[in-house]
Amino acid sequence: MPLVKNGKITGDIFVAIAEQAEIPDDGAILISSARFLADAEALSRRAGRTGVIWPNNRDVDDLVPYLGRLAVIALVFPTFRDGRAYTQARLLRERHGYRGELRATGQVLRDQFLFMLRAGFDAFEVKKPGDAEAFAGTVKRYSVFYQPTGDGRITALHRRMLLRHSESASQ
Amino acid sequence: MYAYDELDRAVINERVDEFRDQVKRRLSGELTEDEFKMLRLQNGVYLQLHAYMLRVAIPYGTLSSSQLRRLAHVARRYDRGYGHFTTRQNIQFNWIKLAELPDALADLAEVGIHAMQTSGNNTRNVTSDQWAGVAPGEIEDPRIWSELLRQYTTLHPEFSFLPRKFKFAITASAHDRAAIKIHDIGLRLHKNAQGDTGFEVLVGGGLGRTPFIAKTIKPFVHGHDLLSYVEAILRVYNQYGRRDNIYKARIKILVHELGIEKFAKEVEQEWLQMRDGALTLDDAVIEDIRSRFTYPAYPKLPHMPDELKKAAHDPPFEAWRKNSVAQHKIPGYAIVTLSLKPVGGPPGDATADQMDAISDLADRYSFGEIRVGHEQNLALPHVARRDLPALWKALDNIGLATPNVNLVSDIIACPGLDYCSLANARSIPIAQELTRRFANHATADLIGRLHINISGCINACGHHHVGHIGILGVEKNGEEFYQITIGGRADENAELGTLIGPAVPYSEAADVIEDIVEAYLALRARPDELFVDTVKRLGVEPFRERVYATR
Repeated sequence: MPLVKNGKITGDIFVAIAEQAEIPDDGAILISSARFLADAEALSRRAGRTGVIWPNNRDVDDLVPYLGRLAVIALVFPTFRDGRAYTQARLLRERHGYRGELRATGQVLRDQFLFMLRAGFDAFEVKKPGDAEAFAGTVKRYSVFYQPTGDGRITALHRRMLLRHSESASQ
Repeated sequence: MYAYDELDRAVINERVDEFRDQVKRRLSGELTEDEFKMLRLQNGVYLQLHAYMLRVAIPYGTLSSSQLRRLAHVARRYDRGYGHFTTRQNIQFNWIKLAELPDALADLAEVGIHAMQTSGNNTRNVTSDQWAGVAPGEIEDPRIWSELLRQYTTLHPEFSFLPRKFKFAITASAHDRAAIKIHDIGLRLHKNAQGDTGFEVLVGGGLGRTPFIAKTIKPFVHGHDLLSYVEAILRVYNQYGRRDNIYKARIKILVHELGIEKFAKEVEQEWLQMRDGALTLDDAVIEDIRSRFTYPAYPKLPHMPDELKKAAHDPPFEAWRKNSVAQHKIPGYAIVTLSLKPVGGPPGDATADQMDAISDLADRYSFGEIRVGHEQNLALPHVARRDLPALWKALDNIGLATPNVNLVSDIIACPGLDYCSLANARSIPIAQELTRRFANHATADLIGRLHINISGCINACGHHHVGHIGILGVEKNGEEFYQITIGGRADENAELGTLIGPAVPYSEAADVIEDIVEAYLALRARPDELFVDTVKRLGVEPFRERVYATR
């Protein structure tokens, strides 16, 4: 499954650790939420970089104490029709100030890339290679946005106000 | 009218391009049907019994004459020459070909019309009072807020994959014509003691298999906070709404399971953390949207012109005027409802030729504006009273002057088993038969206001629960049966109807309705006691006794 980061297909340095497997001290790893929470203090201070796969039915509040020490949070779309992870993403970015990698996993398809980007995701485990290759073009489909999110895009309402100001200034 | 600017037009055009690409990928097999299904639904495309159906949004029920002409063009060019107006200010085309859909949408986009989010598990077309901006006594035009909500809900990055569909309706009049109490979020515009505009917010209304009347979650949310408060509701719902069972996924079930107090508390907690954020609407932004709505400059005209005095001696004109013409906020003008319920016709249908003719009449008599109401009728919102006789003649010529608005044959009905893949029974033939039974205007007039609503299945697109008489089609051993309720209503006193007795077969449905109406005529206290008030006063029992005594 190709990983898209910063708009480009890239290799994944993070290794997913199976439930029974031993957790190495170093190296970049991804572990389940249950394993992480069982020993969160120690795990978030290990030498290697640590990422957590967070299910979409668990409050992200439980992650808040560790956000500064996590390299990756991977949120899950069990199917693309299940939109809970959009809310989790926005809360992590906009309310809790998470700055690490926010990864979309599961049924990640082309037609949701822009929604995910706007919600704060910056890494995408894309289901189909063709979709991954189309990433850069797909996220340019829209030039106007109606909602303010944490992605910094200016909204239509705001653009209109700026337009009004520049019109009145030039008169 | 709200005039879309270049930003609004850009979004609509970009959505057409995106959908064209999605259709192309489906036709090439790049997208599976399962993947494509949700994408097409999010752009109003259903697969029905015989063909694809396209549902087009008419936000808050306002159309310009050029927009209606373009809908006529789509009906003619891509469909079979007609369209069907729904109970949520949409129009449906029933015979569209998938490969032609992008072109149809591109034609509509040229006049600022789209099909975004008219289906799918997202926020649907925002509906409002079809008399907005012209009704006497209205607090202010609710469409300003409808438009703010339309923009806010369009392609929302967080709420495009909710547990289930989500519908908003807004009213700003004491009499609710927008049926806000049967919506996921209902908004009643009012002013607080300081004179600020805000909303009573209702939540969790809806019909379907588990009907609920919406409950008040907050008595007053300031207009500045409308979007942030709505976002808090949607966020709680997106996280905690049920996704394990499609029949329990609407917000009404979450509100019911948590209880309104607990749900309100969750929303309040969420809202307090974001209420002063980027969603706050300042006055300048609200005024900017308001400034994009234009209103006619009404020339001063007499309230009782000679033309009207003269026509008053013509009984057919008077019969039509009495139920189709409503008071306008400006003296000398009137709101005229165009009945799409001709005797023997399917409720809510209009032909392309009728749509063109209505557009011409709107240009001539209504400042180029048309409205669409949830009762599946149209309205011309700014007609000079002196023009009423001429307009009536013109409407009569095109079959749109049936004098039955709000009467027993002004029936709401879903497409039913004639079109819909979800239906268990037919709706349209029942409606057609009833309009024939009550075709005599003198009888209908004697009966007075009576709303019959018909749904062909439990999904309740025909709003049967809130009809004064509600008819629900069900299937029993492969046969069509109909459950009948009475006493429902969809207005400010919204109530769900009560079952009157066992379901009856197709062949008896119209007889039972006739018997119910006869029972009402015998039971009413006075000629002006409406059907629904008689049911309220007496309960269902006396009706049941009379109607089922011989069955």
